[in-house]
Formats: sequence, structure tokens, C-alpha cells
Amino acid sequence: MELSQKITSYPGHEITPEDMKEGKYLDVVYKFEPKYSWAAGVAISRFLAELKEGRIIARKCMNCERILVPPRMYCERCFRPTDEWVQIKDTGTINTYSISHVGTDARRLKIPILVAVVDLDGATLGMGILHNLGEVEPSKIKVGMRVRGVWKSSSERQGAITDIRYFKPIGEE
Amino acid sequence: MKNRVAIVGAGMTLFRRRMLESPKELSFEATRMALDSAGLELKDIQSVVSGSAPDAFDGVHMKGEYLLDGMGGIGKPNQRVYVGGGTGVFTPIGGWWNVASGMYDTCLCVAEEKMSPLHPHPQYAFWSIFDQILERPLGTTLLWIFSLEMRRYMHKYGITEEEIASVAVKNKGNAVDHPCAQLGAKITVDDVMNSEPICWPVKRLDVSPPSDGAAAVVLASEKVAKKLTDQPVWLDGVGWTLDTTHWTNRDLAYPEYVEKAAWMAYKMARIKKPRKEIDIAEVYDPFDYKELHHMEGLQLAGKGEAPKMAVDGVTQRDGDLPVCPSGGLLGVGNPIAAAGMMKICEVFWQLRGEAGKRQVKKDARTGLAQAWGDLMQVGTVAVMRS
Repeated sequence: MELSQKITSYPGHEITPEDMKEGKYLDVVYKFEPKYSWAAGVAISRFLAELKEGRIIARKCMNCERILVPPRMYCERCFRPTDEWVQIKDTGTINTYSISHVGTDARRLKIPILVAVVDLDGATLGMGILHNLGEVEPSKIKVGMRVRGVWKSSSERQGAITDIRYFKPIGEE
Repeated sequence: MKNRVAIVGAGMTLFRRRMLESPKELSFEATRMALDSAGLELKDIQSVVSGSAPDAFDGVHMKGEYLLDGMGGIGKPNQRVYVGGGTGVFTPIGGWWNVASGMYDTCLCVAEEKMSPLHPHPQYAFWSIFDQILERPLGTTLLWIFSLEMRRYMHKYGITEEEIASVAVKNKGNAVDHPCAQLGAKITVDDVMNSEPICWPVKRLDVSPPSDGAAAVVLASEKVAKKLTDQPVWLDGVGWTLDTTHWTNRDLAYPEYVEKAAWMAYKMARIKKPRKEIDIAEVYDPFDYKELHHMEGLQLAGKGEAPKMAVDGVTQRDGDLPVCPSGGLLGVGNPIAAAGMMKICEVFWQLRGEAGKRQVKKDARTGLAQAWGDLMQVGTVAVMRS
């Protein structure tokens, strides 16, 4: 079998899982444990403060008239400062969804995480946010399904995206 | 442009889940092969461009500098390009600037990735590309952006999982004829459908593997290329664009940034009707649906029409538009930056008629290689001619 008619050998040595088990080759193990403290920024700090109050806030650009969520202090298209804060709703429509059987490090989960992009009511169409879904059978989830945010109680909220536990279907209200 | 740019040599290592060679050693092997195939020595090389994707895989920060020795970069003008999965095709684009501008007559372009050092799984490194305030607390994995995009793409055009699975069947089958391939196999659509649901609609066989490997090409100006070989492959069009990291604000069914990058490359190569003028395409396929999604962005299929082309066999090696004749990332493997460069190497070998068992049936004169990456926001495209 050829890579190219002019090339007949292929460099490199594979380490197989058996080699690993037998300790055939030396390796060096290291764990990197840095800690970060992120400033959330002007726009997202306000967004998080509003989440703590049980509200979702967006920014409006008067030039393109888009209502942007997550909010930003500048419009990346018009390349000018955005103009005002706008309260939007905690209801929306599922743009797309997935049923995740793996966690962050690819380890398998016993209970799958339900995840969706939710287009929020009151923002410009297509302005979705990433969030989880709950109180729904995975097989019943549909693109286009109407959902509402399920909030933590005011004492539990701490100004984080997880102040909304998840979004759940609202059916025909 | 001051210089027309040619590819005059290519090389790559085995792609495997875990390789013994260090990142520098892998780079050296691919680079040495590329130089040998061009009939050049390092002293003939005037500049070097290196490509490697997230540093978090090997836990080596500033990997461009670290890899320098193995990439032949000591004491030469050197630059690193870095656009995640798009890096492999962006590396020769970086080299193209060096030569097309008239700055240099020869440029070495090397892409390397070693994903295996990270435990428990290389996927873990991708966690840190998501927004640290609004997305990571939700338990993100990189698979989500693919599964969410795949679901939206299926919904918009009524595409089935089976149609998408036919791409995995084709590419893993093609890879059986690739000597460096990690996952060449004859499988069926049922095998894909019955494989473990990892992040539905993505199943295990819809996904390319994590890999270690390196690949390299040598670029030369027209003047030098014609002295070196009677079979230069011209890098006649390059294009690249990025979209916002606000990926949830985007139309997930269509990769607009790929279309923009493609038209930039097509205009440069004076291509007006890509579907008619491109003979073979190494389209970026980290997931099977991505090959279809990207074919549409590249204007090689109408919106929502790529799945039918795959099912009808148009994209097979003996079809009218062979796509991923190498076996792609799904079959050959996916050492991120090196995987995109492998595609450049494959088009080089195909256009020279040197691809042996992998050689496409049609007389291929114009080829395309494309890669994609970051927070699904970058398109890098190269058009090549024999």
C-alpha cells in the first residue's frame, strides 16, 4: 500500500493500550492546577446581576436594531457602542437540542444531560443562548418546542447562568 | 501577487491514538519526508510556518517555539498559525503569504498534533474554548456544538441520520487504502446507527478519533518549482474567514464563514462554477455530517443537497466529485492541525496521479482542501491545480 508511489515507508511508532498496561515505555505524569478569577466584564456583570433578580437582560443596538443576548457593550457588526438595556423574557423556542451521554472530560454519564440552544422571546430572532433542558422525556423534545426557564429560589441565586436551573416545556399557554 | 506558488513535496507520519515519538520527533519525521520528496535540504529552505492547535493537549505552552527544532525552524524566519481545527489548511496559507509576496522562494509548512498526553481524554481540553462565565458552568463538552449543529442541519432540510452515516461508511472505507490510517474499516450504515449514542444525534462512529501525528509540505516560487520538478502542484487560491464566538446567535444549519472563505479562494483561482470546476475535494470531516455541511458552504452542493450526493455515490472515489479520497479525519485520523495538512498532502498526491490504490478514477486537475475549527467559526480553503 502506498502513501505516494514515491514513498514506501511511513515513520512513527504506535504505543498500544497493551504497551501502556505493561509499562513498556517510560512516561512522566504531571498535574497542572492553576486557579483563575475572571472579571465578567461590563455587559456580563450586569447580565449576571439581573439573573440574580430572576430577570434576563439584553442590549440593543439602535443602528442595526438588533436586541443582543448575551448582551455586549458594542455591536460587533456595526462596530459602535450599543445603546440601551432591554428586559427580555425567560420564555423561548428550542432552536436545536442534543442528548449528551458524556461529561466534560468525555466520561460516560449515568443520566444524560439535555442541552439546547434556546431562542429567547424579546431578543432578535436567532439570538439563542446555550442551556439545559429539564422536566421532559428526551424522546419528547422537538425543535420548535416552547420552553420557559425554571429559576432557583431568590435565596439560592448567586448571579450565575445556573440561576436558571434549566428550561422546561410550556405547551400551549 | 509577485510569485505563483507551488507545492513541491509532502510528507506525513502514521496517525495513531498514541505515538511513542515526541511532538518534535513527529514533526521531524514529516518534515524530513517532505524535504526528501522535494529533493531539498534544510539549507535550501528560506522560511518556516508551523501549525499546531490547542496547547492544552500536550500541556506545553507556546508550542510554536517548542516545536521549532523538529520543524527545521532554527535560525530562520518562523511563524506559527493557530486557528484550532482550521490550522492544518491555514499553515500552507501562511506559507503562501511568504512565497506569493516575493519575500521567499522556499517555505516549509509543518503541522503537528499530539493529543494523547491529556487524561482522561483529549476532549477535556476543549472545555476551555467555551465561554467561561455563561457556558462552562452548564457542563459543556465540545461534542455539544457538533450535536446541536447536526440536529439543526437535519431539522432544516429533513436529513436523516442514515444519510449522514453514509459519509462515515465511505471515509472509513477509503482509509483502508491509506498506509498511515488509524481507523480504516469496511463498515455499514447499520454499524454507525447501532454504535453508542455519545451525544445524540452524534453516535460513536459519526466521530473521528483523537490522534497523534504530523504532516508537512514544501512550497516554492514558480521559478524554483520548475527547476525542482516537472510536476509542481500550484496553490492557486487561498481563503479564510472567521465568524463570532457567539455561536448560539448564528444560523447553525449553514456555515457562512466557509462560503466566504471559499469564494475568496475561488476568485483568486478564477473559479466561477465550483461544482463543475473542482475535480476532487478533501472536505473537513471531523464528524460525518460536517463533510456534507461543508460541501454546501463550499458551493459543491446546494443547501440541503449534499446528503443525496453522498447516498448516490457522487462523492465516492469513482464518482463525479470524489470527496475525501484519503479517508478523511473519520478514517485516517484527526491529529487536529496535522489532519488538515494531511488533506493538502492527499490533494498533492492525487493531482500528481501518485496516490496508488487511493487514486480517483477521473482525471483530476483541480483539487480543494478545506479545514474548519475553533468554536465552529473558522473556514480555511486552498485550491490546488496540477
